[in-house]
Amino acid sequence: MITEENINVGIKEEEFILNMGPQHPSTHGVLRLVCSIKGEIVKNIEPHCGYIHRGIEKMTEKLTYPQIVHLTDRLDYLSALINNEAYCLCVEKALEIEVSDRIKYIRTIMSELTRIASHQLWWCSFGMDLGGLTCFFYGLRDREKILDIFEETCGSRLIISYNTPGGLMADIHPNFQKKVKEFIKYFRKTLPEYDQLLTGNVIMQERCKGVGYISKEDAISYGVTGPSGRGSCFSCDVRKKEPYSAYKFVNFNEVLRCEGDTFARYMVRMDEMRESMNIIEQLIDNIPEGPYAEKMKGVIKLPEGEYYQRVEAARGEFGVYIVSKGEKNPYRVKFRSPNFSNLSALNTMAKNQKIADLIAIGGSLDYVIPDIDR
Amino acid sequence: MEFSIYDFTSFTKSLDKLLNENMSSFWATSIEMLLIGVGILAFYALVGLFLVYAERKVCAFIQNRVGPNRVGPYGIIQTIADLFKLLMKELIPIKNADKLLFNIAPFIVIIASFLAIAAIPFAKGLHAIDFNIGIFYVIAVSSMGVIGVLLAGWSSNNKYSLIGAMRSGAQIVSYELSVGLSLITMVIFAGSMQFSVIVEAQRDGWFLFRGHIPAIIAFVVYLIACTAETNRGPFDLAEAESELTAGYHVEYSGIKFAFFFLAEYMNMFIVASIAATVFLGGWMPLHVGGFSGFNHVMDFIPPFFWYIGKTFFIIFIMMLFKWTFPRLRIDQLLTLEWKYLLPINLVNVVLMALIVLNGWHF
Amino acid sequence: MDNAGLKEKVLQIVPGAEIIEDKQYLTVTVAPNKLHTLAEKLKEDAETLFDYLFCLTGMDWTDSLGVVYHLTSTKYNHYIVLKVKTTNRTAPVLDSVCDIWKTAEFHEREVYDFFGIDFKNHPDMRRIFLDDSWEGYPLRKDYVDEVNIIER
Repeated sequence: MITEENINVGIKEEEFILNMGPQHPSTHGVLRLVCSIKGEIVKNIEPHCGYIHRGIEKMTEKLTYPQIVHLTDRLDYLSALINNEAYCLCVEKALEIEVSDRIKYIRTIMSELTRIASHQLWWCSFGMDLGGLTCFFYGLRDREKILDIFEETCGSRLIISYNTPGGLMADIHPNFQKKVKEFIKYFRKTLPEYDQLLTGNVIMQERCKGVGYISKEDAISYGVTGPSGRGSCFSCDVRKKEPYSAYKFVNFNEVLRCEGDTFARYMVRMDEMRESMNIIEQLIDNIPEGPYAEKMKGVIKLPEGEYYQRVEAARGEFGVYIVSKGEKNPYRVKFRSPNFSNLSALNTMAKNQKIADLIAIGGSLDYVIPDIDR
Repeated sequence: MEFSIYDFTSFTKSLDKLLNENMSSFWATSIEMLLIGVGILAFYALVGLFLVYAERKVCAFIQNRVGPNRVGPYGIIQTIADLFKLLMKELIPIKNADKLLFNIAPFIVIIASFLAIAAIPFAKGLHAIDFNIGIFYVIAVSSMGVIGVLLAGWSSNNKYSLIGAMRSGAQIVSYELSVGLSLITMVIFAGSMQFSVIVEAQRDGWFLFRGHIPAIIAFVVYLIACTAETNRGPFDLAEAESELTAGYHVEYSGIKFAFFFLAEYMNMFIVASIAATVFLGGWMPLHVGGFSGFNHVMDFIPPFFWYIGKTFFIIFIMMLFKWTFPRLRIDQLLTLEWKYLLPINLVNVVLMALIVLNGWHF
Repeated sequence: MDNAGLKEKVLQIVPGAEIIEDKQYLTVTVAPNKLHTLAEKLKEDAETLFDYLFCLTGMDWTDSLGVVYHLTSTKYNHYIVLKVKTTNRTAPVLDSVCDIWKTAEFHEREVYDFFGIDFKNHPDMRRIFLDDSWEGYPLRKDYVDEVNIIER
């Protein structure tokens, strides 16, 4: 009988190594995946990181606390405002400052807008990864509206640095509430288009269902968080577990799916966009009056100690760990990046699947390389 | 010399006579071949340029964009500008590439599509060659293109292009079956492989309408299979830019890349014109039995425009496929062919044979 | 389980561990040779179930090098921070925990990359971000790079 063992007797077999990246359209940046493949089947994946490593953790040791805010944008640039928030919350926790409700509300709205914008861009690129090029333009069309809101209030669109320790850079623009409500109304209309174009497509479902399975135990063990973890039934929403900012004032559901495949991760993100809109709707009309920034000392010095803050970024749990020795700059700052942990599970997910599946799985993990490399 | 846009037969005949009267038959044939060659070449380039423009406009329309609109009115000169850009680009020599095969590959691809165009009837009497085995010839010649693709993938000394070429080989070999079988279904119905006979047989109604359900099944299968055979749409695994960057032509630049690019569009044009000829009556106007007034109006539109209109309608459908569907995976692609399309096709051939034998058609 | 219970549990497993109730989390400092047992017990024990390592940080306390592990339980939602230190700066070796939490595999490579701490029993101990030919370990406090780091 011909089996895989005896079919190639006497033929020297070499591993076929395919080098994906650092310049590759579907690695979403300068990630390099060294894949050993056999025919179309991926046998092993070895990620090589560091092509965009900037040593942000080392840089922070030389900078003052307000300066570091601007570095947090450059980690996961698609959830820039959430990273800002995490860092500011950590500093505020150390200084034992309780910010006003107005600040909390605005921060939460901004975070959720960031999450929607990030998931929109993920949807664009996921469609592209599967070969549906039209998705890209539908997603970007809607993302533009959020970026316009950011531009009006914060003055910039991508790397925003709107949060500062103790509050916000500036108060919201008078049009802010009106624009956000308009956007929610608009996006509730256009989000079903996403489903029509991609979710319902037979080819897309065939490509995604049962592909890239990761069990709940593995997801926890690998620290796969965010929508990727919640697609495997891992209830890891920090907004629920450790509510920060204004999340304790709102009602929302943690989106959970238990299939653990690419399609589950896809659906979690789609549902999360709806959930984020619910959160914003509950907050946008009730922004309380108050100062947009608390009074802070000119030079911020954190008391000696160790501080940790977890937040739910668009791709998973983002953590800031500050070790202070009482100086005006930190002794050590560690950013726990969600993508780095998610990437470590890639080999488990994509092993023994097709090359095309590897791309789909990568798309469903939605990695942002500057966040992996830091 | 008489000339009519409704019937080119007398025009070509008289041209042939004129040449034969004035010179020996060898020179007459040579000049005829030259004229046809130049004519087809010009047509080829024109259609290629237009198709690139059309694709960009259609894709822009689907994607909420404007598309090319800067060079010339509505951007119609854009593709010509692109052509000049491609002509001027450097041809990058690849280290450790198989030089001979690397340089031959684009020509094989383009020659294959060029040969196929010769047998297609554009209008009544406007035909380069009218074989009695026209369909057979077109299928045979157009499958030569895969050799070029395989050579390109192999000789580039690039792993992406090798995988792309292997995918393309598996894909085209599989889908050739479906294309062939769905055309055979129609050949059974028409009783001839000659294009002119097939077109003439559709005078009173296109095969798509006259051939009962088997013709419709064959048409749908043909559309799917020919999209796959031209490496387009949801079946562009050989290129698969999100997986294999650009697949088999990843190492090509400048005019050699343009050859692949043009060949892809021309293949699309050829398969669409075969579909138009075999299923939709080619250059035959739309006739509805009994409505002589309506038929008369339809006859006023010159056959060439009927042919072009039908072809572009099918091309438009293929473009819609490409810009709305995600790509299939290689195993799904082969499953679709071997487990679904091929059995459907085989049953369909038998069904068509039964219909023809019993005379159940219109 | 509350902090007092956790404290008791840790002292049961590793008698003499240094435990500080920090402002935020319960912080336990253990000797390098005890770390792996403690970590394994904390994960396996049905009352603690620390199954999720959410942060692994390499540290340079100038006198010693070490690693900080932030742990939580997805079931009980309690936290603990483990610290492990080694004073050997030339060839520091610690036990790997990547057989307990798989996420440690990448994070320990990162720590190796930046702090030069070698992890015993790690399946693939290589640099992850920097080039293999890179000299020194950049996140150590005594790292000098005259070209790229400007001292003010």
